Amino acid sequence: MTSQANPKNKEILPGLQLETVDDKIMTLNVGPQHPGSGHMRIILKIDGDYIVHCDPDPGYVHRGEEKMAEYRNYITNIPHLERPVIHDSCNILYPYCLGVEELLGLEVPERAKYLRVIASELNRCVYTQYWLAIYGIFLGHSTMFMWPMGDRELVIDLLEKMTGARVTHSYFVPGGVRNDTPPNFEDVCLRQVNYFEKRLKEYADIFYDNPILISRTKDTGILSREDAIKLGTTGSVLRASGVDFDIRKKEPYDVYEELDFQTNVLKEGDSYARSKIPWLDMFESCRIIRDALQKMPKSGSVRIKLKPNPKGGDTEVYRRVESGRGSLGMHIVSRGKPQPYRLKISVGSFRNLIAMPHLLTGEMLGNMPAVYWSLNYWPVEADR
Amino acid sequence: MSVIAPKFRLGYLIKAITDNIFWIIVLLTLIGLPAVMIVLIYIDFPVIDGEIWNPFRVFDAMTHPERSLPLVKNFMQTDFFKIAVFPGLGFAALIGGGVIFVERKLLAKLQLRVGPFYCGKVEGILQLVADGLKLISKEIIIPAKADKPIFWAAPVLFAATAAAFVALIPVAPGWVVADIDLGLLAVFAVIGFFPIITVLSAWSANSKYPFIGGIRALFQMVSFEIPLILSLLGIVMLTGTLDLVEIIESQVNFPWIIFMPIGAIVFFICILAELERIPFDLPEAESEIVAGWLTEFSGMMYGLVQLGTYIKLYAFAALFVVMFLGGWNGPWVFPIEPIAEVITDGIVIMPGALTVELSGLPLFSQEMINGTIWFVLKTVAVIFFILLPRGVFPRVRIDLLLKIGWYKLIVLAFVNIFIALALVYSGVIGPGGIM
Repeated sequence: MTSQANPKNKEILPGLQLETVDDKIMTLNVGPQHPGSGHMRIILKIDGDYIVHCDPDPGYVHRGEEKMAEYRNYITNIPHLERPVIHDSCNILYPYCLGVEELLGLEVPERAKYLRVIASELNRCVYTQYWLAIYGIFLGHSTMFMWPMGDRELVIDLLEKMTGARVTHSYFVPGGVRNDTPPNFEDVCLRQVNYFEKRLKEYADIFYDNPILISRTKDTGILSREDAIKLGTTGSVLRASGVDFDIRKKEPYDVYEELDFQTNVLKEGDSYARSKIPWLDMFESCRIIRDALQKMPKSGSVRIKLKPNPKGGDTEVYRRVESGRGSLGMHIVSRGKPQPYRLKISVGSFRNLIAMPHLLTGEMLGNMPAVYWSLNYWPVEADR
Repeated sequence: MSVIAPKFRLGYLIKAITDNIFWIIVLLTLIGLPAVMIVLIYIDFPVIDGEIWNPFRVFDAMTHPERSLPLVKNFMQTDFFKIAVFPGLGFAALIGGGVIFVERKLLAKLQLRVGPFYCGKVEGILQLVADGLKLISKEIIIPAKADKPIFWAAPVLFAATAAAFVALIPVAPGWVVADIDLGLLAVFAVIGFFPIITVLSAWSANSKYPFIGGIRALFQMVSFEIPLILSLLGIVMLTGTLDLVEIIESQVNFPWIIFMPIGAIVFFICILAELERIPFDLPEAESEIVAGWLTEFSGMMYGLVQLGTYIKLYAFAALFVVMFLGGWNGPWVFPIEPIAEVITDGIVIMPGALTVELSGLPLFSQEMINGTIWFVLKTVAVIFFILLPRGVFPRVRIDLLLKIGWYKLIVLAFVNIFIALALVYSGVIGPGGIM
């Protein structure tokens, strides 16, 4: 209607829409070149200091992983599939390997199953530390930016010993893991994990018990239990809203059934609870690693040999795991060729992003980083 | 392929100069100075006491302490020296630069890292110089729709206002640039200028994030200025004067922080808010509004604002020292009377030629050196406590900030005033100290 009323609008390109301008409302393009946005844009409309409209605009780092996977063999898909979230590269390969094993009918050796669990839990710690560091700097707490980054190195060193690479490990392969651990890995791992857990406890003093942090994040961006289920959030966001849902417990894969751990659930559903759940989960990860090191067979094969170009049957599989950001599933469609016919990746990041407009509308602009990053959203993974 | 000759740009010129700075300095000293002196020989020189004062004679005099020391001492008593060097801008900028370096190293130690390390071989001591050179050599970009005169003027005004604040601070007995009777009132006037400059620069940039940052700065500074002024009112009641020098002299026996700790705490928190430091750095909140009202400043304009910020930091810390910690008062760090052995140890000068008695440090009086040492020590301690919250606290939100300012600090400042009133009426303390 407005375009007809204004004669100047004839020159406007098709597809461009004009908005009615309200003098009281200011539109802010937060990102993609903004220190508080990540690889995405959030279109905010603010009235004074209050956000009246929020429109997240992801897609700046789309690389077409799903299409790329259709042109590569089941084994050569591994290195590029971990690119969307290199800090959590073991967990993003986990559903792929589980699916391909089911497709090809492979039985994974017992020791490899334990090694996978250890690697994926270590990787969850690496990711969560990185996420926590950015949460700290988003709230203006520069010490909380540096401490997790430094302590993360401990776990990265362990993973480097285990896999040979610091960040992009490519450790999981269909049929096991790529290589066995070095000789005294168990002792080193136990010692480092114990120290890491000791360091994690110190974060409570500087960050989680900080009165200013509590006053900023408590009761901001509250996501009720019903809304969390309705919006389809997963992972820490869901568990912070009081839903006891963890795929490691509900649909155990590999050896998670035999290990001793619990699921952390908080009922508040605010930013503080959402930021606390991943931190509590890291303690559980340490517990899982210690338990797995104890129960792991001390020797044995870690990988079964595959034929050069394994072909799947005319079937499709869907497997999902609990990653650092929630449920991470892969749907692999096979049409009897060495390549997958179709690979669909369903990530927790994107599902948590859906809650963002719901939470940010009505909040203050100062709460934007606190709410946004508490959603455990990794822009690169969401764009795939 | 065609080669286009580069157009002349100021940035290229500055880059050429910075690239060849070594050769420029060498050639200037080897060729330039002798050339200038040869030219000067053919100019008429002043005649003093029957001697022609050509440049050679001036150099000769400078190397001879009997003649040079009175010259330097006379120069030190001029207003120019006071404004530019000792209690004024040079001293403040030196402390400000030191604070930037110490802040980075201190935060690094807190955060399990090393901080500046490579620049200048020894613990990155020249990092500040490198940063300054980088800022100078950068291109200055101004938004197309900015109000250019005000946008250009804002950083200069900011640094100048901070320097005006420094001029009011007495550092040592007799060493203050502007010794006025209503010194504290002038301090309040200068503090009142900062929000105006901030809002002007934010508004003139004609950009959204600076505008939000400027409005936040306005809210913050205005709501924290009231408790800041109220918290100092108790001392004015007790001393009965607004003159900063007299306030310092009233603290010969005890600093005022002993009698009014509440006022000191309120004043300290207000300092943090006025300086836009964490946890009150909302006007520059990085993750929310990029860099706040500093967003559009580039190159040396940003450098000037940073310089002004750190000079302001020094000035506020110095004001805290003056009001609550007794300024230059302190025990003597070296003897009052000049000792005979010391005189013989120092530079050998003819005793009759100089008015200064003490050798070893012949240019300054002993009170001044002692006062400066205590003043700098106290200021550095206060600055340390101003820097420390940056490693410990996150940023507060704007509504919580205003609640702290209006609900808590003003109430506490009034409590402080009542304490001062009680002390005055009970007759324990009055103008001039304990009765």
